[in-house]
Amino acid sequence: METSIFQYDFIIKGLLGAIFASITAGLAGTYVVSRRMVFLSGGITHSSFGGIGIGYFLGINPIVGAAVFGIMSALGVEYLSVKQKIREDSAIGILWAFGMAIGIIFIYLTPGYSPNLMSYLFGSILTVSNADIIALGIMSAVLILYFVIFYRTILYISFDEVFARTYSSYVDVFKYITTSLIALTIVLNIRMAGVVLVISLLTIPPNIAMLFTRVYFRIVIWSIIAGFIGTATGYAISYYAGIPVGATIIFTLVIIWVLVKTTTFLIMKLSKKKL
Amino acid sequence: MANLLEMHSISASYGANVVLHDVNLKVNENDFIGVIGPNGGGKTTLLRIILGLLKPISGKMVFNQGLLNGNSIGYLPQMSTGDINYPVTVTDIILSGLMIRKSVISRMSSADKLKANRVIDELGLEGMSKSTLNELSGGQMQRVFLGRAIIGDPRLLLLDEPGNFVDTTFENDFYEKLRDLNKRMAILMVSHDVGTISAHIKSFACVNRSLHYHPSHEITNEDLLAYGCPIQLVTHGDVPHTVLKYHN
Repeated sequence: METSIFQYDFIIKGLLGAIFASITAGLAGTYVVSRRMVFLSGGITHSSFGGIGIGYFLGINPIVGAAVFGIMSALGVEYLSVKQKIREDSAIGILWAFGMAIGIIFIYLTPGYSPNLMSYLFGSILTVSNADIIALGIMSAVLILYFVIFYRTILYISFDEVFARTYSSYVDVFKYITTSLIALTIVLNIRMAGVVLVISLLTIPPNIAMLFTRVYFRIVIWSIIAGFIGTATGYAISYYAGIPVGATIIFTLVIIWVLVKTTTFLIMKLSKKKL
Repeated sequence: MANLLEMHSISASYGANVVLHDVNLKVNENDFIGVIGPNGGGKTTLLRIILGLLKPISGKMVFNQGLLNGNSIGYLPQMSTGDINYPVTVTDIILSGLMIRKSVISRMSSADKLKANRVIDELGLEGMSKSTLNELSGGQMQRVFLGRAIIGDPRLLLLDEPGNFVDTTFENDFYEKLRDLNKRMAILMVSHDVGTISAHIKSFACVNRSLHYHPSHEITNEDLLAYGCPIQLVTHGDVPHTVLKYHN
């Protein structure tokens, strides 16, 4: 069959994409959910759309533009919240809409038709390039190394920043580095899930894991497993049904959450009856 | 008795607002000093300076070498720090008290974990080592944070308003525990409730912008007035307390 090589390539790409997306989203997502940074992450995602627009306009890789925007807005919000001169949620709300506005303006100003705009908003398998997969793979390695090497430091700073400051002068450095890595993770996953939906790729898997474990590193492991099942299944369904991949992945993840929630609820009910 | 810490003419401010002015204080081994004074009088600022979180604008801090060489300062902050819904176990929280001696890449050794288990037993937290904070009562949470403060065997223990989130049934146990710990370490305890602490401490430091040291655990309203420390002496409940001289 002529299509078999194409299909094979497609499956490998999908599988690798699912593995790397779930590793990066699981590590970053557990941090985001534990530190209650979900709204900040949403702001980072949407402001990075400004970078995508400028990337288009200048004719450079939109993901590079998105990365610059994402990291800058992440650091900006962390900086503002440290200085406490502006309400953090207001700052995020402004960045959120400002990024989207810049993105739309520059895409509009770009001569010619922008066929990939929808793929950035909602994710698309067709636009996930080999370079995107490699970038996600490198990001997975960096995040694993970062979290393994600095596990205790990261855990304790995000649990109790005030106390961490009594023994460490690196609290702000680690906050900035971790937030930047999360911004990068979000941007690299935009190809898979799209600007609108990528935040759920980070937040749903840890919430599935937290239904049955409360230990940080176990939440990371189970997030990655849940994320992989959701992403791979969503990818496959999207391929065969011809529907957008981001939406399919999120839909699958929510179904998994409902199933696990129901199961843990039933187990709790049954074990209480026995007692 | 060795000197642990000396503060010489320390002044501190937040911006233009001078919170502490010309403060002198010596902390010796085995001291148990109650730091009292009105809200906003600079009690917590005093702790922040000892912890190195705030740089004084003038004056000199002299630390005993032992305090700087690993025998660290233990610190129990007010309850508001730390997210009780955070997914971190009691053991891991107590272990974080060892981070002061570790580099950013350190792991916890099995000796560290044994130590954490000993602290858990000592504070009556058996069976809760794998719990998270949201599964504990206020008094149990208090003991977890106390465990974090003492796991490194500090020579000086700083407590910031520990009475704030203790359930009254546990309050006595808690102060008894402090009395035990005081055999091993000096304690500096910030509190607004003089009545409760006066039976347990050995001396007072009255802080209201300036600091007056009162070398006895008996203190009267007249003393407080003389020190410029406008707080009320109230005692209540079954808490053992020193009977104060008659006052209006």
